[in-house]
Amino acid sequence: MLSGLVDGIFSGISLGSVLLLAALGLAIVFGLMGVINMAHGELIMLGAYTTFLVQNALKNTPLFGIYIFVALIAAFIVTAIFGLILERGVIRHLYGRPLETLLATWGVSLILQQFVRSVSWQLVAIVAVFCVLFFGAMTIVARRTDFERIRGWFLAVMLPLSAVSAIAVGNVLGATYKLAFTKEWFGARNVDVTAPRWLRGGLPVAGTQFSYARIFIIVLTIACVVGVYWFLNNTPWGLRIRSVTQNRTMSACLGIPTKKVDALTFALGSGLAGLAGCAVSLLGSVGPNTGQNYIVDTFMVVVVGGVGKLAGSILAALAIGTANYLIGSNTLVDLTAPIQPLSDVFAFFSTISMAKVLVFALIIAFLQFRPGGLFPQKGRTVDA
Amino acid sequence: MVDVVSSQSTKFGGRKQKLLIEAGIVGAIAILLIFIMPAILVGAGQAFRVNLLGRYLALAIAALGIDLIWGFTGILSLGHGIFFALGGYSLAMFLSLQLPSGQLPDFFSPYGVTELPFFWQPFYSLPFTLFAIVFIPTIVAAILGYLVFRNRLRGVYFSILTQAALIVFFNFFNGQQKLINGTNGLKTDTATIFGQTVSSPQVQTVFYTLTVLLLVGGYALSRWLTSGRSGRLLVAVRDDETRMRFSGYDPTLFKVLVFAISAGLAGIAGALYTAQSGIITPQAMNIAFSIEMVIWVAVGGRATIVGAILGTLIVNFAKSILSEQFPQIWYFFQGALFLIVVTVLPGGILGWLRDDGVRWVRSQVNKRRPLQTYPSLEEDPDVQYERKNLANRKPDR
Repeated sequence: MLSGLVDGIFSGISLGSVLLLAALGLAIVFGLMGVINMAHGELIMLGAYTTFLVQNALKNTPLFGIYIFVALIAAFIVTAIFGLILERGVIRHLYGRPLETLLATWGVSLILQQFVRSVSWQLVAIVAVFCVLFFGAMTIVARRTDFERIRGWFLAVMLPLSAVSAIAVGNVLGATYKLAFTKEWFGARNVDVTAPRWLRGGLPVAGTQFSYARIFIIVLTIACVVGVYWFLNNTPWGLRIRSVTQNRTMSACLGIPTKKVDALTFALGSGLAGLAGCAVSLLGSVGPNTGQNYIVDTFMVVVVGGVGKLAGSILAALAIGTANYLIGSNTLVDLTAPIQPLSDVFAFFSTISMAKVLVFALIIAFLQFRPGGLFPQKGRTVDA
Repeated sequence: MVDVVSSQSTKFGGRKQKLLIEAGIVGAIAILLIFIMPAILVGAGQAFRVNLLGRYLALAIAALGIDLIWGFTGILSLGHGIFFALGGYSLAMFLSLQLPSGQLPDFFSPYGVTELPFFWQPFYSLPFTLFAIVFIPTIVAAILGYLVFRNRLRGVYFSILTQAALIVFFNFFNGQQKLINGTNGLKTDTATIFGQTVSSPQVQTVFYTLTVLLLVGGYALSRWLTSGRSGRLLVAVRDDETRMRFSGYDPTLFKVLVFAISAGLAGIAGALYTAQSGIITPQAMNIAFSIEMVIWVAVGGRATIVGAILGTLIVNFAKSILSEQFPQIWYFFQGALFLIVVTVLPGGILGWLRDDGVRWVRSQVNKRRPLQTYPSLEEDPDVQYERKNLANRKPDR
């Protein structure tokens, strides 16, 4: 009984900490820009694949024991850079249109999923040649003063031209080097990350085992939360981020570069997604659809937590994670066994997927009392 | 002043005439779709495309609902798959029960179910099923919409809540093997209706015709809702809800209403799609499908009703052709479609034609556009009077 409860709470907290790690970046970005990034799940997936690559690269080196730390740094950098590109390339143009941003980032997430499935040296070469040709030509032509006037013609000529030549180069290279060049890196199947030796096994506590991997994730989450908290409260850029979150127009008037703040925050949020991906890869195998499993739950964390404070996201993630686990496992059925009708109800919902049904109902009920979430932003200008 | 009144009345007469012309065009297209299109496709040796066309026309009905709620009212629902599936399941349950009395549908036996679950009972009756196809989605949407809109949750919040609801319904339908055959879904193509197999050509023709007719009905309903006063209310919700509330309207009511109506349209679409595709599974409630519905409307043109239908047909035929040829490219293409439509082409195809297309064509043939004045000046009777009578007068000085 007791061990069941301890185990349930531990697993719930560990589930919640994964959620929190995944939702942290999303919540910061949503608080700042009012934008829901549908590609956030795919950024998590990118982080997980980066971990896989780092693991393979360090397999036979003395660094293998601590590859997970290298992977954490690499995943953060890769996803942060990708987030920066995403913000500069797409989201910046859609500022003030959150619903359109949602659709656009969904498009990005589709592209990323398929990219992971079919990425090969050939595809990389095609993309690289295309970028060099197209953006190279653009930088050269953009020096002309009448660029705006000929932009339409430039696009009409250069877009197909660079696309065709890129595909031609890719195919020629593919025909020369054959399979070594066209073979997909990952393919559609899942890949597995093996945890380092010191993360396998578990810590025996009160008749149950706390797996080291889960403890590692909890510690990582705490470190990330503390780090983000410190960054937001003790650095100049953190101060700027907080002020733009509270009142964008006023901050802009006072000389805060809101564009830069947006880009920086988005990169930070994406980097956190990369860290989450690293953590997720320790829990199970990783596939192109890994990100999809997390997005809806992380969105719910943002909705329940509210946009005002980090504490909202933390509480919401832990609550949703614990509730999901307690309802989904049989813990609550055992606990309420004396009261037959109640335990029947919990028995009906006692699978992982059915638990989500009950948790969603609870969230909707919660929003009836606190529409703005746990810690809503206060003030007259707030228009949630 | 008399002039003004008479011009008003001719305007009115003109509107009636326009409506008649529109009805004529719609009727002609419907007749074309029902009688001529199948013959052409069969003649071209593409008989299976008739079935595809029927399915896509059914999807277009759902797109009409999305257009109502997203295009006009500005509420992005990512959960229309729920309503689509509810409609589809309603019809599929009715069709599964077309058995000799006392017999259970086959799929129940592996799970050891001996008694029909209680909520299957009403689906023995055809009138109830027809009612259920429209009104179960409507009622579910109304409840969900009321609970969310009542708290003034809107924008992105509403979108992700509907998405969460979608996942919840998906989990429920996917997990309950003993109630609705879980992940395998319900097959309808081998069932019988009025003594005929559902997948037989005759029944399929009936369903195809029904789809076209209901699409015309949905078009008329959308036109009626979006013209005149109610249409302006919808657009008001989209453009400035706070101001609308301060003018004494209750946005919650309108939002719930339009959400429920669009859910009803999705339910009809789901039933017709199921009848023509032969199966409904919980996959109708996956996340991607519901977002795809939005992109159909976006490609055709937001807030243009024809655009919703056109966009659905274009995107889906593009999908079926592209994914036959290069299945990998399709996802890249679809992702790019989302990006392009949102960033470059926010008005969709029809919006582009309406706003920029004409100007672009003119600029290509190097014809200057006639200089414009303010429209209000063109219509102002005083200005017209002055133009007519004072233009040739010499100045007093």
